[in-house]
Amino acid sequence: MRITDHPILQFEKGPKVTFTFDGQQLEGYEGEPIAAALHAAGIRTLSHSHVKKRPRGFFCAIGACSSCLMTVDGVPNVRVCVEKLRAGMRVETQQGKGVLR
Amino acid sequence: MINTQIAVIGGGPAGLRAAVAAAQLGAQVLLLDESDHLGGQLIKQTHKFFGSQQQFAGSRGIAIAKKLEAAARSQENIAILQEATVLGIYEDGVLLAEHKGRVIKVRAQRIIVAVGACERMLAFPNNDLPGVYGAGAVQTLMNVHGVRPGRRVLMVGAGNIGLIVTYQLLQAGVEVAAIVEAAPTIGGYLVHAAKVRRAGVPIYTSHTIKEAHGEEAVEGATIWQLDANRQPVAGTERHFAVDVICLAVGLSPLSDLLWQAGCQMKYVPELGGTVAVRDAHLCTSNPRIYVAGDVAGVEEASSAMVEGQLAGLSAALSLGLGGKEAQEQLAEAKAQLSALRAGPVGEKIRAGLAWVEKGVTADA
Amino acid sequence: MLKSTGIPTVADLAEVLPTEERLAKGPVAIIECFQRIPCNPCATACRQDAIRPFADINDRPQIDWDQCNGCALCVANCPGLAIFVVDMTYSETEALLKLPYELLPLPQPGEVVTALNRAGEPVGKGRVIRVQNPPTFERTAIVHLAVPRELAQEVRNIMVEGETDGTR
Repeated sequence: MRITDHPILQFEKGPKVTFTFDGQQLEGYEGEPIAAALHAAGIRTLSHSHVKKRPRGFFCAIGACSSCLMTVDGVPNVRVCVEKLRAGMRVETQQGKGVLR
Repeated sequence: MINTQIAVIGGGPAGLRAAVAAAQLGAQVLLLDESDHLGGQLIKQTHKFFGSQQQFAGSRGIAIAKKLEAAARSQENIAILQEATVLGIYEDGVLLAEHKGRVIKVRAQRIIVAVGACERMLAFPNNDLPGVYGAGAVQTLMNVHGVRPGRRVLMVGAGNIGLIVTYQLLQAGVEVAAIVEAAPTIGGYLVHAAKVRRAGVPIYTSHTIKEAHGEEAVEGATIWQLDANRQPVAGTERHFAVDVICLAVGLSPLSDLLWQAGCQMKYVPELGGTVAVRDAHLCTSNPRIYVAGDVAGVEEASSAMVEGQLAGLSAALSLGLGGKEAQEQLAEAKAQLSALRAGPVGEKIRAGLAWVEKGVTADA
Repeated sequence: MLKSTGIPTVADLAEVLPTEERLAKGPVAIIECFQRIPCNPCATACRQDAIRPFADINDRPQIDWDQCNGCALCVANCPGLAIFVVDMTYSETEALLKLPYELLPLPQPGEVVTALNRAGEPVGKGRVIRVQNPPTFERTAIVHLAVPRELAQEVRNIMVEGETDGTR
């Protein structure tokens, strides 16, 4: 899903890093939003609605809509559309509303 | 506590222009933006802009963002605070912002709110499936981060955003199955429409999305025709196998801060939603607070830039800065705005402004 | 109708097409801009004083076809990609079109491409003569395309064979 050639744009990416999504090892570029790395890996379901457990993806991509909240390195409710990817991050599908520790 | 003469909230086209205009009159300016970049939504606009030379017409949005940012950074009396989300504006002129996990306080004599707008949602069955994305999200994903949103897209909305994002999808190598538009005519500029039509994308006017299909994510969409009363006509359904449904059904001003600050607000459909009542110099019912750009009424980036300039000049002038030249710049900015809005595509904006510029009333 | 389909009608086009007499004299810009919108880069780009300065920025472009030499500077500067140059003097059998093009891959000179009409439908083949893409055009390339004369006012886009998105 990555764009390699574009008529107008050139994409400057950080170094390639690995991270995990629900235990599965994936690659992405450091500094890009976690959601972009997941999307590029074909993962579109980021969370589930609390009551009916329906799958949710991202919607606004600018940190405004709460549709993409995930647990990152143990911290719940992280907006992965704006949170930047770092090497070794542990990204997990959140169960429930999350608990702050 | 940071003390400044003018705080500008939002580093998009309106905020950047406001900061520079005020700083050029000698004001000490603090510009706050919640993201890690300046330029706001311009950084994902790959098309060449309309307007006139004063608003960089003919340049691509991405290039305009760089020019505006450079102008702001070259001004010594503008301090820039990125990744700072303003949480509230209080009676004593103090605003609170979250900055990298800490709360900071800013005392400002004038505050220019230029926080923009956000994508609207549309009600239809399965609209919560992954793959139903706002047009802005699609742009961010593909134009900023270089990731395609999917393989085949149904675009909902033939306003400028729907038409432009369709074209940008084609440029990113994504197929666009069709554009649907509930209105009987295309809302966006016809040159944008002609551009996607000759690239083979059909536009279904008087049509809307009936439902999305899929279990875990979007696998398809059904559209149907609307009659003269905008009621769906059974039997006119068409199905598209798509993995993305892109919603370009308009923007709403991000009015939260202005509500919280207690500004007099008004719902004005022509301006996209609830906006602050203000005078012709963009000063709200709170004499400390000014507005500019999409938060003042959803419009083009060209007008957002001029509004920013107008708000920046007005705020600085109200602090006793600037002289005759500043008054002339103010008049020039107002003239530019009138010119941009003078044509038929500005009709809606003119109607909306007639409602909010009536002056601030006592029942605020 | 243009406003519901995005495709200009014969009546719309009649307003902007030069006379046969003018077309017979050499290359000329055709401005397919049918709506009053706040935009004027075509006029500021024109160095022949053919596209007149706008009194009101919402005005539709007015072109003096006798002043226009078909240089195509306006083609690359029009944000709407709505200007095309047509040269009916190119050869006895072919007309030369100068089309704005912002998709990948860019065609190569000598390449034969599918010629598309204003609805994006294939109407024939065209031969790429030249591709202009200097930095001053800011990535709006201009494709010089030779097409059969009878298609000169039909063809407004191309489809480059072997079009790829880079990954598939």
